[in-house]
Amino acid sequence: MDLKEKLLSSFLVFENQAEIDSYVNNVRNDAIKTFEEKGFPTKKDEAWKYTSLNRLLKEDYSVFPKQENALEYRDVKKYFIHEIDSYKIVFIDGKYSSHLSATTHDGLDVCLMSAALTKPKYRLVIENYFNKAATDDSLSSLNTAFSKEGAYVYIPKGKVIEKPIQIIHFSTGDESATMLQPRNLIVVEENSHVQIIERHQSLTGNPVLTNSVTEMFAKKRAIIDYYKIQNDGDNASLIDNTFIKQKRESIASVHTFSFGGKLTRNNLNFYQEGQRIDSTLKGVTIIGNKQHVDHNTLVHHIEPNCESHQDYKGIFADNATGVFNGKVVVEKEAQKTNAFQANNNILVSDKATINTKPQLEIFADDVKCSHGCTVGQLDESALFYMRTRGIPEKEAKALLMYAFSNNVLSSVKIPELKRRITKIIANQLGVDIGFDL
Amino acid sequence: MSKYTEDDLREELKTKEYEYGFYTDIESETFPKGLNEDIVRAISQKKEEPEWMTEWRLEAFRIWKDMEEPEWANVTYEKPDFQDISYYSAPNSKPKYDSLDEVDPELLATFDKLGISLDEQKKLAGVAMDVVVDSVSVATTFKETLAEQGIIFMSISEAIKEHPELVKKYIGTVVPQRDNFYAALNSAVFSDGSFCYIPKGVKCPMELSTYFRINQAGTGQFERTLVIADEGSYVSYLEGCTAPSRDENQLHAAVVELIALDDAEIKYSTVQNWFPGNAEGKGGVYNFVTKRGLCETNAKISWTQVETGSAITWKYPSCVLKGNNSVGEFYSIAVTNNYQQADTGTKMIHLGKNTKSTIISKGISAGKSQNSYRGLVQINSRAENARNFSQCDSLLMGNECGAHTFPYIETKNQTAQIEHEATTSKIGEDQIFYCNQRGIDTEKAIALIVNGFSKEVLNKLPMEFAVEAQKLLEISLEGSVG
Repeated sequence: MDLKEKLLSSFLVFENQAEIDSYVNNVRNDAIKTFEEKGFPTKKDEAWKYTSLNRLLKEDYSVFPKQENALEYRDVKKYFIHEIDSYKIVFIDGKYSSHLSATTHDGLDVCLMSAALTKPKYRLVIENYFNKAATDDSLSSLNTAFSKEGAYVYIPKGKVIEKPIQIIHFSTGDESATMLQPRNLIVVEENSHVQIIERHQSLTGNPVLTNSVTEMFAKKRAIIDYYKIQNDGDNASLIDNTFIKQKRESIASVHTFSFGGKLTRNNLNFYQEGQRIDSTLKGVTIIGNKQHVDHNTLVHHIEPNCESHQDYKGIFADNATGVFNGKVVVEKEAQKTNAFQANNNILVSDKATINTKPQLEIFADDVKCSHGCTVGQLDESALFYMRTRGIPEKEAKALLMYAFSNNVLSSVKIPELKRRITKIIANQLGVDIGFDL
Repeated sequence: MSKYTEDDLREELKTKEYEYGFYTDIESETFPKGLNEDIVRAISQKKEEPEWMTEWRLEAFRIWKDMEEPEWANVTYEKPDFQDISYYSAPNSKPKYDSLDEVDPELLATFDKLGISLDEQKKLAGVAMDVVVDSVSVATTFKETLAEQGIIFMSISEAIKEHPELVKKYIGTVVPQRDNFYAALNSAVFSDGSFCYIPKGVKCPMELSTYFRINQAGTGQFERTLVIADEGSYVSYLEGCTAPSRDENQLHAAVVELIALDDAEIKYSTVQNWFPGNAEGKGGVYNFVTKRGLCETNAKISWTQVETGSAITWKYPSCVLKGNNSVGEFYSIAVTNNYQQADTGTKMIHLGKNTKSTIISKGISAGKSQNSYRGLVQINSRAENARNFSQCDSLLMGNECGAHTFPYIETKNQTAQIEHEATTSKIGEDQIFYCNQRGIDTEKAIALIVNGFSKEVLNKLPMEFAVEAQKLLEISLEGSVG
C-alpha cells in the first residue's frame, strides 16, 4: 500500500475519532478530497521541478504515533533557547508535552490547537481564521485533513509580548518511520507584537517526515517576528508550509535558518491585504552531505504602497543541493510597490548543485521591482590577505562565509537567538570561533 | 535610411494601420489542407528530395503524431487546428531567374512595397539576398561573389540536392526531430529555408540576409535554416520578417540550427515584424520558433533579436557551449502592444571549460499585452570556470499590461560564476516632464527614452538593421502613451 492510500484509509479512522464540530470537520473532509484528487506533487509540477519526494514517500510511515514518550528537560535543554525566559509549546511525536511546556491564558492565549479546535470559547476565532490563509495545494490539504494538534497563539489588541514563544516539535521515533502533521495558528490583533521561534528536532536515526502548516494573521499595525531553526538529523525531512496574511501597516518577517535535515522544503507565502505593509523573508542555508534544501517563496502584492524584502544566502558543500524558487506577484492595483529579491549562493564542492529561479510577475506599471541572483566563490584575494595575517585557511574561509550570511543574521532581533545561530554556523563550518567577538 | 528624420517618423505614426499589410495575388500551387504521411511524402516529392530526406521527414512526422502541444508557456491562445492548414504552397511561375527582368512583375512590386528593391539592395548595402516568398526561393543574388570564396548560400531545398553530404551530416544535430512539438512538425513539413556553409578560415565578406514573408492566406510557413561555420570562419547572418495583414491566425514554426566549429563565429540577427493582430487583438501571426546553436572549441555564437510583431511569440534562441572557451551571447528587445503576448528568452547550456555567456534582454510592454522573459542558464559539472551574466529589464507602459521574468539557473560546478539581475520599472514622470519642458512632446519623449532603454541591444545590430529596428520600435509603441 503506498503512502497516499495509507493516508486516505487512516483518515477514515481519524474521522471517526474526531469530535463532531461541523465547521472543522467540513474543512477536513473537503481537504482530504482535494488531497485524494491531487496526490503528492511530482517533478512534473513546475513548483517541484527540482525537488523529488519519491525517496521520502517510499518509507512505511506510521501516521498516528502509538505510544507516548517522555523526555527529560536536561536531555533536550540544548534545543531550547534556554538563556531567556519564554513561553514554550513542546510536542513529542506530535503529542503535547505539558511537562516541558510553559503556556498561558493570562491576557493572551499561548496554548494548544487541539484545545482551540474543540472548546467552544475559541470557536469564533477558529471559524474566522482556521484554514483561511492556507492554499489548497496537495500537501497543505493533507495537513488540513489531519489537523489536530499544534500551537495556537492569539494576541489580543494592543499587547506587546515581552517573552518570545518557542514552539518545538521533538520526534523520538520508536516506530520505524514517523509522519507528523503539526498545525499552527497564530493570530495577532491590532497594534500587537510577538516573537516566535520554531524548531523541529528529531532525536532518532529513524526516518521522520514532518508536513507542517502554519497560518499567521497580522492585523492592522501588528508586528510578527518569526524564526525557524532547521537543524535536524540526517534522516529527518521537513515540508514546511507557512501562510501569512497581513493587514494594513503591519510588519511581518520570517527568518529561516537551514543547517540540517535530509530534505527540507519551505513553502513560504505572504499575502498583503492592505496598504503600507512590510514583509521580510530572509534565510541562511549551510548544508553538506546529501542534504537538500528548497526555498519556495511567494509574495503577493495586492494593494498599493507596500514593500517586500527577500534575501536568501546559501552555502553548499559535498553533494548538497539547494533550490530557490522565489516569486513576486504584483497585481494591477498594487501601484507604488517596492519589491526586492536577492539570492546569493556559494558552491564549495564539485558535486554540490544549486538551482535557482527568481520570478517576477508584474501587472502594475508604477512599481520598483528588482531581483538579483548570483552563484560564485570565495574571494581568493581576501583569503590570501587573511592568511598573510596568520589566520589559518579554514578559519579564514569560515570568516568569509560568516560575513556572507551576516546580512540575514543582522536583522535577528533576539540577541540570544543570534548567538545560538552564530554558534551553529561555526559548528557547521567546522571552526571554533565566536564570530561576534 | 540615414535621411530619415523625426518628422518622417511623425508622418509614419499617423498611419495607424499596419503599414506592411497587403496581399499579393500570385497564383499559388497549394496543397489541400490537412496533414498525414501522404502529404509529407508529397512535399518531399515536390521538392525532388532524395530518399533519405523523405525518410527523415516521415520519422519526424511519426514522432510529432505522438507528441502533445506544450502548454507551459505564459501565453493564452486558441490552438491552431493542424488539420486545417495547407502545408505547401509555392509561387506558380517557377523560380530560377538569371536576371530580375524575368521575375514576375507583381512580385517585384511586392518587394518595392516592402522597401527592399533587389537592385537597390545590391548596390547600396552589399547584402546578398535569398528572398523567400511563400516558401520557395525566387531570387538569389551575389551568389557568384560568395562562390569565389567557397561560401555556399542557397535555399535548403537546393542544398539537399547539391550538397547532400553537408545537409545529411548536420541537419537535426542541434535541433533533433524529437526536440519539441513544433520542431518535430517543422522537421516533417518544412517547405524551404536557407542553407549556408562557410569553409575553413573564410571570413564572409558581406552580411548574409534572408527575408521571410508569409503571403498566401491559410498557409502556415515552416522555414528551416541551417548555418554551418567551419573551423576559423566568420559569418554574420540577418533575418528580417514582415507579413501581410490577415484575419485568420497564421502559424509559423521555424527551426534554425547554427553550427560553429572550432574557432568559428556566427552572428545571427533577427528583426521580426509580423502582423501582430489589430488593436482588438484579432488576427496576427503565431510564432513558435526553435533556434539553437552549437559551439565547438573557441567558437562564438551571438543572437540578436528585435521582436515587435506576432500575436504570440514563443521563441528561445539558445547556445550549447560544448567546446572549451566557447562563448554564447543573447541580446534581445521584445516589444508587445495591444493584445500581443510574448514568451521569449534564451538557454545557455555550459558543457565545456571556461565557457562564457551573456544575456541582455529588454522587454517593453504596452497596451494590454503580456511580455515574459524565460531563460535557462545551466552549468554542468564538468564546465570549469564557466561565467554567465544575465540582465533582464522590463519597461511597463500603462497599467493593463504585464511583465514577467522566469529565469532558471542550474549550477553543478563550484567554479561557476553567475550573476543575474532583473528590474521592472516604468517611464519616470520626471523624465517625461524634463523632455516636455525642453519642448519635446510626450510621444517623442517616450520614443527617446525607449531608445535609450534598448540601446545596449540595438548597438549589437548591423548598421542598416539598427536603423530599421529603431523605426520599428517607435511604430510598435505608437499610441501607447497615456
